[in-house]
Amino acid sequence: MSKKADMVEVALKGRLGEFSLDVAFTAAGGGVTAIFGRSGSGKTSVLRAIAGLERFEGRVVVAGKVWQDESQFVPPHRRAVGYVFQEASLFAHLSVRKNLTFGARRTRDGVDKANLDRTIDLLGLGPLLHRDTGNLSGGERQRVAMGRAILSRPKILLMDEPLSGLDQAAKNAILPFVEALHASLGIPVLFVSHDMGEVERLADDIVVLENGHVASAGPLRKVLVDRSLGFATERDATAILSGNVIAYDESDGIAELDLGGQRIYMAMDETPEIGTRRRLRIEASDVSLTRATAADSTILNRLDVTILGIETSGRAHVAVLLALGTGSESAFVASVSKRSALRLELRVGERLTAQVKSVSLATSYRRPNRA
Amino acid sequence: METSSALLDPIFLTLRLAGVTTLILLVVGTPLAWWLAHSKSHFKEVAGTLVALPLVLPPTVLGFYLLIALGPDGLGGLFGVRTFAFSFEGLVFGSVIYSLPFVVQPIRNAFEAIGARPFEVAATLRASPVDRFVSVALPLAMPGFLTGAVLGFAHTVGEFGVVLMIGGNIPGETRVLSVAIYDFVETLDFEAAHILSAGLLVFAFLILLSVTLITRYLGNARP
Repeated sequence: MSKKADMVEVALKGRLGEFSLDVAFTAAGGGVTAIFGRSGSGKTSVLRAIAGLERFEGRVVVAGKVWQDESQFVPPHRRAVGYVFQEASLFAHLSVRKNLTFGARRTRDGVDKANLDRTIDLLGLGPLLHRDTGNLSGGERQRVAMGRAILSRPKILLMDEPLSGLDQAAKNAILPFVEALHASLGIPVLFVSHDMGEVERLADDIVVLENGHVASAGPLRKVLVDRSLGFATERDATAILSGNVIAYDESDGIAELDLGGQRIYMAMDETPEIGTRRRLRIEASDVSLTRATAADSTILNRLDVTILGIETSGRAHVAVLLALGTGSESAFVASVSKRSALRLELRVGERLTAQVKSVSLATSYRRPNRA
Repeated sequence: METSSALLDPIFLTLRLAGVTTLILLVVGTPLAWWLAHSKSHFKEVAGTLVALPLVLPPTVLGFYLLIALGPDGLGGLFGVRTFAFSFEGLVFGSVIYSLPFVVQPIRNAFEAIGARPFEVAATLRASPVDRFVSVALPLAMPGFLTGAVLGFAHTVGEFGVVLMIGGNIPGETRVLSVAIYDFVETLDFEAAHILSAGLLVFAFLILLSVTLITRYLGNARP
């Protein structure tokens, strides 16, 4: 866990027309926190308030600096914030390069050439530098906007659904850049999204907003399988687990990971560094349950699990919440038909074997190790 | 010699009047246009209407009130001269009022078209309010400024009624082009009237064309 001084502390309360907001949460001093919720839940308002673009009552502290409390309200241009808006909003009267350095030129240290080159490289902006902002594609514009935001040396990066205006192909093309960006930053990132796929891929922690209130907050892997929140019972339920790479077989491309004492085998195209921690993604529909102890099967992964709970998930299915081994630290979900659940007489507390058909990496980039 | 100065003097005087008026209008009109574009006050529509009044008022009505405003009980008295009427300064004052809407309206529209987002972006990139105005608002509103300046200049060149009411016909001081043409026609000097009128016709055509081009090419350059 990061030092307290790096933490982001947000407590906001107020009205905006018909809408009332009352949220309080903290975010770690590094890593990505998703602000998740449907439209109208207050996600954007929270982000705007942190940047000082919207004013609510409350308290905002970032990296030990009080940006807002009862006695003060720091104006937006005095907050070391990087903001990526939903639309790239590039300055039409400036070149791509001038757009990139707009914020940096206004910091005390000015434009740092090395940092500029690094950012251009990281976000693949080189070929865009001499193009007119009007001739960039949506994904290219958003990459310039991200570069512009981080070059202003922010203490926090706020991203307001930066991918939502892009089509799927553009989204897939830009996601690796976003991941690389997040992995390279030592500052907290708040990432607003209504797309769980994006969140699973990018976030470490999540704050779930509903009608202007915090419905849940915590590490993503816990919130996703929290029975009270309903993510687990959705048909496309997914769990995020993390494990250490302990071996990699170059001949068949299968990596072996340690997950709380159990082994997970998965295909990796690139050789992973042994000992690194990786985030895995397991879809509930890829998990089946069996009492048979040994099976001749094409399925690589067989895990000892304990049933934590059984919840209805639609008409024909149940979501079975599973703890890895006997502890509940690492949990995931199996989506099985109601008929099978009844036939097997599954019970809470029972220990059995989960067969996992497919495990994928949640992120292609390695992130800083975090608990 | 006599004829050429009778033709040239009004031209130079008119250009000087239009130039000074346009400069003043840009200085006065920019903050006014900014306020009209961004204020949430209910009073702004009233102010906007006042600015637009010269568009519909007969120039004689405006000229009449200006005559009084510039006189001993108005600005003239205030500055210790009997009256500003029938002077170049008086013409500048009248022209500023008369051409105000032609400058303020395009600039206001340009400011409104920018919207709030570029300023928010600039604010999150450490730009102070003044910085945002100079480095974002002014360049993005440039087509509006150009259109406003061109229209304000052209409209001042073309004014007649107001000049006649407050300026009279003093050579080198208030005898501007439109008044000179009127004069030449009165004295049946059609050749001089032709030269000046044809010149103004071409000028007006070029002005309107340039406004169209500014709007099309600069205005649309912004996505």
